[in-house]
Amino acid sequence: MKAIERYQEIFKTVFGVEDEILETLEYQGIAQWDSVGHMQLVAALEEEFDIMFDTDDIIDFNSYTAGKEILKKYEVEL
Amino acid sequence: MSAKDFFFKKIEQYKNEVALVSEDGNQITYREFVRRADDFARQIGRRCLIFLACKNVAESVIAYAGCLRNDIVPIMIGADTDMELLNHLFTSYHPAYIWYPGNGTEFMGAEVYQDGRYSLYRTDYEEDYELSEDLALLLTTSGSTGSPKLVRQTWRNIESNTQSIIHYLGIVPSDKAITTLPMHYTYGLSIINTHLCIGARMILTEATLLDKTFWNLLKEEKATTFGGVPYTYEILKKLRFKRMHLPSLRYITQAGGKLSKELAEEFNAICEEKSIQLIVMYGQTEATARMSYLPWKDAKRKAGSIGIAIPGGHFVLIDENGNEIEAPNEVGEMVYFGENVTSGYAESRKDLIKPDENCGVLHTGDMAKRDDEGFYYVVGRKKRFLKLFGNRVNLDEVEELLRQQKIENLCSGTDDHLIIFITDRNQEKKAVDFIMNHTGITRGGFEVRHIESIPRSESGKILYSALKAD
Repeated sequence: MKAIERYQEIFKTVFGVEDEILETLEYQGIAQWDSVGHMQLVAALEEEFDIMFDTDDIIDFNSYTAGKEILKKYEVEL
Repeated sequence: MSAKDFFFKKIEQYKNEVALVSEDGNQITYREFVRRADDFARQIGRRCLIFLACKNVAESVIAYAGCLRNDIVPIMIGADTDMELLNHLFTSYHPAYIWYPGNGTEFMGAEVYQDGRYSLYRTDYEEDYELSEDLALLLTTSGSTGSPKLVRQTWRNIESNTQSIIHYLGIVPSDKAITTLPMHYTYGLSIINTHLCIGARMILTEATLLDKTFWNLLKEEKATTFGGVPYTYEILKKLRFKRMHLPSLRYITQAGGKLSKELAEEFNAICEEKSIQLIVMYGQTEATARMSYLPWKDAKRKAGSIGIAIPGGHFVLIDENGNEIEAPNEVGEMVYFGENVTSGYAESRKDLIKPDENCGVLHTGDMAKRDDEGFYYVVGRKKRFLKLFGNRVNLDEVEELLRQQKIENLCSGTDDHLIIFITDRNQEKKAVDFIMNHTGITRGGFEVRHIESIPRSESGKILYSALKAD
């Protein structure tokens, strides 16, 4: 699976959402992406890509799109 | 002591001290706070039942103080409460008013007053019930499953618990607490009560620990304390709390579920290094808020313990026959005695006239042991409850809700991980959708597993122990 697909798959699994709304997903934009959901997302991404986020990146990771940029810093090419 | 001595009725004494700080840095003095609170109450003008849709914003705290200063009885609910559930609570309780942020819906009635972003709506209900004399407010017991069961708290309960907490935490007027918990949750509310009682400051924010706003506000306003449920501490760990520089913090508290021994030890070490005290506590809505605390001086050697009873209260452990256990390290149900034990429950408006049914004695439903120095350790629950991220979830209730949806199921699991076992694989999506949309339990808080059939003993009793294997 390509990295972008793995990235998408994590969002779909953690929040139980479909492909169509991925691009518009934001922190607290849906009920499932609350603080609990956020920690699960972070944990899932760290595991999948074998990385460890810095504090600021965990906090700045506030949308599906922003997350792509942040992952670049960890040398994950999406 | 009479009702007129209730601390809420005396907070005008703090005059020009700052009571509330909003997310945008706006400050409200006690003088202004009291004026707006009493203005709010004057619109209602009599003792009656109202709904307060709570958020950690000034308008919400102002209306709350307005109620308690003027003998108006609020039912505290979250502003984000599902409309269907809210409607259900309305028909059970027939409130005279609701204080609600933004646009109300039809069943709330006509808008009669506004303050900031909140509006007061007057309902059309016939008030076919009475309120008992000492009743001060009502809180929900279960944050998520939507049962109309409420806990009845008297002003004496609140006064007693508030004074006790101020005493054992050593809260002082220069303290500034930043909100991390919902206001309609007893733990969050107790932080507000204690600080207002002594003229300290509440920093109000809807931002979570995962928002930059929260950390900026904490630093700028020099917060001295905040509270957290076990999951809050998981988040703090993940955010590398250890590496954060937060010099204004004096102490932090933990309640709302059992902090694992490992996490307690880890945070004891981190906090010691930062000269922040970590106070682990235990309580229930049924005891107003707090029943025990672990003094900081004992935190290290008693990690994993809920500590000792708060000033003015005490515990007894009882065995299955109701006899007191005196020997150390034996497990029994914790029974708490104190003035903060609430009057009992209400399931509908007809129960609001009920007298004190507990008389200062609370069977906590938590199983615990006491060590030879008198420190208590919770080991489990007597009934089938678990905590999902700080919210108490009754497993039997979730099962029943799913059963009403014609989904054959059993619920089990551990704190922060509800497991729903269903017998029909095809109903997985239906179950997931229902839980997500109607209970407030988040997707990450539960999983659905498949079982062939409901495991039962010969006598027909459900064998939850057989569910562990999958």
